[in-house]
Amino acid sequence: MSAKIKVYIAAGLLFVIGLGLTLYKNIELGFPLLPGNQQPVWTIEAEVNFTAVGDPVLVSLALPLDPPDISILDQDFASPGYGFSEKTADFSRRGMWSKRSANGEQSVFYRLDVHEKLGKRLETQTPPVKSTFEVDFLEPLKTAANTLTEKVRAQSASPHTFTAQLLLELNAEAPDQNVRLLRRQISNEDEFATLLVKLLSSEGIAARVVRGLRLEDGRRRQQLTTAIEVYDEGDWQFFNIETGVTGIPERFMVWQRGGRSLLEVSGAKNSGVYFSIVENFRGSKDIALQDKQSVEAALIDFSIYSLPLAEQNAFKSILLVPIGALVVVVMRLLVGLKTSGTFMPILIALAFIQTSLVPGVLIFLLVVGTGLIIRSYLSKLNLLLVARISAVIIVVILIMASMSVLSIKLGIDKALTVTFFPMIILAWTIERMSILWEEDGPKEVLMQGGGSLLVATIAYLCMTNRIVEHLTFNFPELLLILLGVILLLGQYTGYRLSELRRFKPMVDQAREQQKQNADDTKTTP
Amino acid sequence: MLTTPKQLRKLGILGMNARNVELIAAKNPRRLFPLVDDKLKTKMVAERAGIAVPKLLAVVDQESQVRNLPTTLAEHSQFAIKPSKGSGGKGILVITNREGDVFLKASGEAISMTEIQRHASNTLSGLYSLGGRQDVAMIEALVQFDPIFEKYSYEGVPDIRVIVYMGYPIMAMLRLATHESDGKANLHQGAVGVGIDLASGRALRAVQHGRPISHHPDTKNILAAIEIPHWERLVPLAAACYDVTGLGYLGVDIVLDRNLGPQIIELNARPGLAIQVANGAGMLPRVQRVDKLKEKVSDATRRAEWSKQSFGLLPPTVSAQKIGVIDPPC
Repeated sequence: MSAKIKVYIAAGLLFVIGLGLTLYKNIELGFPLLPGNQQPVWTIEAEVNFTAVGDPVLVSLALPLDPPDISILDQDFASPGYGFSEKTADFSRRGMWSKRSANGEQSVFYRLDVHEKLGKRLETQTPPVKSTFEVDFLEPLKTAANTLTEKVRAQSASPHTFTAQLLLELNAEAPDQNVRLLRRQISNEDEFATLLVKLLSSEGIAARVVRGLRLEDGRRRQQLTTAIEVYDEGDWQFFNIETGVTGIPERFMVWQRGGRSLLEVSGAKNSGVYFSIVENFRGSKDIALQDKQSVEAALIDFSIYSLPLAEQNAFKSILLVPIGALVVVVMRLLVGLKTSGTFMPILIALAFIQTSLVPGVLIFLLVVGTGLIIRSYLSKLNLLLVARISAVIIVVILIMASMSVLSIKLGIDKALTVTFFPMIILAWTIERMSILWEEDGPKEVLMQGGGSLLVATIAYLCMTNRIVEHLTFNFPELLLILLGVILLLGQYTGYRLSELRRFKPMVDQAREQQKQNADDTKTTP
Repeated sequence: MLTTPKQLRKLGILGMNARNVELIAAKNPRRLFPLVDDKLKTKMVAERAGIAVPKLLAVVDQESQVRNLPTTLAEHSQFAIKPSKGSGGKGILVITNREGDVFLKASGEAISMTEIQRHASNTLSGLYSLGGRQDVAMIEALVQFDPIFEKYSYEGVPDIRVIVYMGYPIMAMLRLATHESDGKANLHQGAVGVGIDLASGRALRAVQHGRPISHHPDTKNILAAIEIPHWERLVPLAAACYDVTGLGYLGVDIVLDRNLGPQIIELNARPGLAIQVANGAGMLPRVQRVDKLKEKVSDATRRAEWSKQSFGLLPPTVSAQKIGVIDPPC
């Protein structure tokens, strides 16, 4: 009995704290409870990694220069132990982090919150400064470049058409000898863009390299995409250097225009810069109040927003796991559904989030089905348990690999997401189902397999609900309430839904017997 | 399709959640579980306390002993191989006869020594065990089944499950294997459950798949005629298992040996709820009656007597006709 009271007290406390924190955040800090009427704010984090060798370190990173179609809400250069200064010159902006002496693996961070302005995408109209590139092709590249530009010039009428034609030539499936020679010199996007700018400059066309970021939620360790802009008739025109498509694409943030390289690091080696992107939704009012709020709330608010971006992305899915756990608890304790492995459905539901539901279910059935067939052969081979499970794991990986290869050949790229399924869990599922098949027959396999899929589907639907997603990420303190609910459910001693069916015959018989007894007493006197 | 919680409460039916929280969590201290989860330990403790159990022939606890099985089994033609930590009757291999290296399973299927060794090896690696942990295989003398059940059991081993609550037997059932259950005595696999009256040891009613039946589906014999022999010895034997284990909610599985009488084959710290369906009665009222007892009785025989008087429905002389499972005489 005392255990019961303890649970009630604990659950009550959790409710009060969870609800209190949620209301405080909602009312005092203005976090909206519902995702509606909100606008996306992209939080972008650039992480510069390098290995310092004990010398003075200077990191210089190009920063976005207030792009016209995107407004920067907040910026943060905090990197412990490093001095920071900002330099704006020649239509470019650079952040400089410096330290007298550093050793080992080092990272500096630059984080900014941006908000896409609605309306037409504008390209900058600043007229070009005189080209800084010296056109310095060496033989035999010079001849190749000249031949190419001559050919392109003959087929074009303006800087715009020249660029388009040039891209067509350079990206051709079957390039001619000159293009092949030029292409051999370039190994990445950056060099390709530089080559283009050089070729255009040699034609007297003003062009510049543009680097930017595709805004996609949940991206980690991203690199910038390189493109070029060409000045034509008083207007800078954006060209995708792979496809030749013009115009800045949707959800693309220009990080750097022209200028030097993206990152320069002196006094260290192995440097690199990676970008992480998270999309969060905030009310328009909050976006306006951004600056004031971040300062005020930083002390009291233990929001997930204070974590590095890569971790924020990880937490977005981690925070959904408790929702899945709640679904499992409800389905087990209140409904009485049998599943294969208690929490396996949550992991399957997490995989469904990546694959989306229908392809996910199909992939799951395909992998487990194929696995079961192969496993039934393995059971004839007389193997020890651990070896057999390991064999099943390898089989699962082979199935995944062949599914991926086959699907790409057939052009069904959705099946590539098979890699999001946890293979160890799949292997154990196959093993358990196979034993269940041998011992209890296929009916039980269908029951438990179906139960698992049903729970996984329900968990998936709950986890992908926009409101649930919004609440778990913005109000992690609701987890306390969830914990309280689960504690209370752990004390539930009532009947399960399945038991109402299981014991129904007993109730019917008891009723019949009662009727019969009543009849008997009527007839005996 | 569904009934209501109210109806179930009226019948005093114990649900799975209530069983887990109020009986298992509250009355079965976790530290006592290993004793019943490990059948080898149970057997040792029961033997020491003078409780009848089938004789242990050998223990296989290493792969090397799996290789030696032909020697170990050389003199035995009837035996059962069981995982020590098995659950739900999984991994029990019953051999009823052999001709050289060909063994006959209870189902009549012939298997080779290699297959027996594979079975033992699987058992060691934990295939049949709770949580897949490493295990040992026990080789037991085969119980010489009392022919009384021959008419009622198809292929398999009939056993009697008694639920013992705080030392008091509160409900009993006989489990009969069927063709459908593949010789296993598990109700959810299609075995027949026969509710047994605690006072007399006679059948109350029988169910298969939760529905009442009057005849065994394979042997076609009338189930209501069953009367379990040695009942007066069996109930105290079940009650005594409480003193050995200390578990408040205990399932005791008993088989009848032709020569030796009731033998405990397994104790279960998480006995299921199907017994209520077989008896057509809920367990809760009986649990509550035991809870109301003030006096603590340490003598198993006296507790068994109290149970018989309190929960018995049939006096030993009444014919089984009124029970409703057999057709009334014309």
